[in-house]
Amino acid sequence: MVEEISHGDFTELVKIIQQRYGYDFTDYAEASLKRRFSRFTGFVGINSIFELKHRLLNEEHFFREMVQYITVNVTEMFRDPSFYKVLREQVLPRLASYPIIKVWHAGCATGEEVYSMAILLEEAGLLDRCRIYATDMNETNLQKAESGIIALKDMKEYTANYMQSGGINDFSNYYTARYDNAIIHPALRRNIIFFQHNLVTDQVFNEFQLICCRNVFIYFNRALQTRVVKLFYDSLTSLGYLALGIKESLLYNEERAKFETVNQANKIFRRKM
Amino acid sequence: MTVLTKLISELPAIFPMPVVIVIHRLKNVQSELGTLLSVRQKITEPDDKELLLPGHIYLAPQNYHLLIEADGTISLDYSELVNFSRPAIDMSFESAASAFGSAAVGILLSGANKDGAAGLCHIAASGGAAIVQDPRTAGFSTMPQAALDLCSGIQTMTVNDMIRYLRNISTKINTEK
Repeated sequence: MVEEISHGDFTELVKIIQQRYGYDFTDYAEASLKRRFSRFTGFVGINSIFELKHRLLNEEHFFREMVQYITVNVTEMFRDPSFYKVLREQVLPRLASYPIIKVWHAGCATGEEVYSMAILLEEAGLLDRCRIYATDMNETNLQKAESGIIALKDMKEYTANYMQSGGINDFSNYYTARYDNAIIHPALRRNIIFFQHNLVTDQVFNEFQLICCRNVFIYFNRALQTRVVKLFYDSLTSLGYLALGIKESLLYNEERAKFETVNQANKIFRRKM
Repeated sequence: MTVLTKLISELPAIFPMPVVIVIHRLKNVQSELGTLLSVRQKITEPDDKELLLPGHIYLAPQNYHLLIEADGTISLDYSELVNFSRPAIDMSFESAASAFGSAAVGILLSGANKDGAAGLCHIAASGGAAIVQDPRTAGFSTMPQAALDLCSGIQTMTVNDMIRYLRNISTKINTEK
């Protein structure tokens, strides 16, 4: 990519995408999304912003390829072990009092954290009473998540994460290794539903005791973060839990007063009555 | 680390710009780096969307890229590794160049890969001050040398030069106020 993407170009690109395809990136954090745009143009070998706009306007498959490329789909199992430890020790015992526990994993990418959650719930004896709704805006991610296939080379790190999170079982009991891949045991998937949901444009669809939305907010600006917290508030039962990424704060959020802090370091909050 | 600690402790007492430190570091381990660097003033690992303030020193958190927005807030980013690193220096430098233009000051110290070189060239191209530690005095010369090889307009300094340079900036900004 020779040309730098200016603020004006950025605004235009976002507008084209919104008008032509209905995906709304208007209130995404600009620095990060700009970088994703440039990275994509480098990847497909486009040399000018003009060409990028032209192809976006005229080629739908080009846009699909771009969405896949610019959305961040990086994730790991038991990412931030301390978070899972708090979930295990402080949150799950409270959820145990509900006859049916509904969990929403919003922005689940390729599902690694959804399966981490399923493992926690299984170990707490709650998985049978749970429904985990795992959503993402990216269809390809969801297919990959649903397959339960994870690269075997990552499992060593995930095992260490699992143990740090307070896991005491043999982690390899949760998957079967074959060639270069590990497949998560189907039993863990029994109560997970994967489907497409866009936090920016879609609405409330159920009521939950726990919403996990980790490392999604970092791609949004403050205004959009506030809108999505509203959506989460409306999707939580009274005293329902909201878990964000450990560097994501409600501090700059206008909805802050409607939540109480459960664990500040790990960014776990709770909807007030 | 020694060089960095020295730079931090020799900064003017209230430095009139925000300072962001990016170091290649491990993820998913308990780290005391922030405390270790808090030699003279408290250094914080910012949360996402925190506003950068003059006189404050920030450390890029483990396992996130740190980007700076045009409004002076921080956006963290959990995308692919860049130059095998997250946080990557290139990501922070590039966004600082785009957010602050000629007001940006980028300093690249010792390091073992080429991360930071491309970003520092962005700062230079946007009219900001682009500085590398003299490769002859660096513990690992690869990083500063990579920037010097990549583009022109980069100043080479010893650590003492940098301290003098930063003190001058401080005086200049304070007189303008």
